[in-house]
Amino acid sequence: MAKFRKGGKKEVPQVSTSSLPDIVYMLIFFFMITTTMRDVELKVSTPLPAAKEIQKLEHKALVCSIYIGTPRDKNLGTESRIQLDDAFATPDDIATWIQKERDSRNPADIPLLTTALKVNKETRMGVVTDVKQELRKVGAFRINYTTLKETKK
Amino acid sequence: MARKVPEINSSSQADIAFLLLCFFLMTTSMDVDYGITRRLPPPVEQNDEDVKVKERNVMNVMINKSNKLLVNGRPCDVEMLKDKAKEFMTPRPGDESAPETETKTFDLIGDVLMTKGVISLQNDRATSYEMYIKVQDRLASAFNEMKNELSLKKFGKKYIELNEEQTKAINEAVPVRVSEAEPVDYKK
Repeated sequence: MAKFRKGGKKEVPQVSTSSLPDIVYMLIFFFMITTTMRDVELKVSTPLPAAKEIQKLEHKALVCSIYIGTPRDKNLGTESRIQLDDAFATPDDIATWIQKERDSRNPADIPLLTTALKVNKETRMGVVTDVKQELRKVGAFRINYTTLKETKK
Repeated sequence: MARKVPEINSSSQADIAFLLLCFFLMTTSMDVDYGITRRLPPPVEQNDEDVKVKERNVMNVMINKSNKLLVNGRPCDVEMLKDKAKEFMTPRPGDESAPETETKTFDLIGDVLMTKGVISLQNDRATSYEMYIKVQDRLASAFNEMKNELSLKKFGKKYIELNEEQTKAINEAVPVRVSEAEPVDYKK
């Protein structure tokens, strides 16, 4: 049987790394496609409330967000503030902001535009009500209260 | 004889690719937003005549500034709200204290006994957002349970397993009738 036994030391063949770039490129493409760049810098802290009966917010391109919460900068106090895009705002600014958001989109998509309210759970409803009233005035009826998924008790 | 072009060393290609990979790993945010989707009512004119709704058809849900619930004038726990809403919205013909009922016909499902009940939600300006969402959530789960029951009865399937047309039919037969009262300023 010695015929089949190979002589000499057995060497483990080296793992070929030539396909490594291909694998990495594949990962890159995956992340490039799934990535969405963070478009606003949050100036208010918004720990969201949790809920059970929630739906996925589809078509991210048709969603514009209003953030309401306490300012992150401690010097600005703890009063709830509204953030539109990158700046603090008052409820009166919402009408012009909605108009701007509408102008930047395809006219056919305007009725589908959803306003996502990302509101700090500690916020008092007064501010939220003011925002909702403004949205009603300008006809942005589709809203979404963004929440976290409630974990089972 | 043409000169041989020296081969480009590709051993650093992997490093470059890794660098790019790291960049996209850092900037990516895969979080999907979830939330409760609602439709705001169109604004009403100031001198709008009051729409008369019979008292038995309305379930009043009020949240006060210390986040306590009042359902039809009686204190109530949030956890009880779902059952209360469901009980209220379940049609009970012949019961004088329950909301009025009517029978409507829909495509695909046929005749459905519907209630004329409306849940009216009112909150104070000082109510916390967390409590408001909790109440909205409980009401939504009451309606979703009813949708589920109806679709099990009519189609033998759960609501989420229905196709688009069936979903639409169920949504019409079980409308989410939560009306938010016009904000009242209690400071006056």
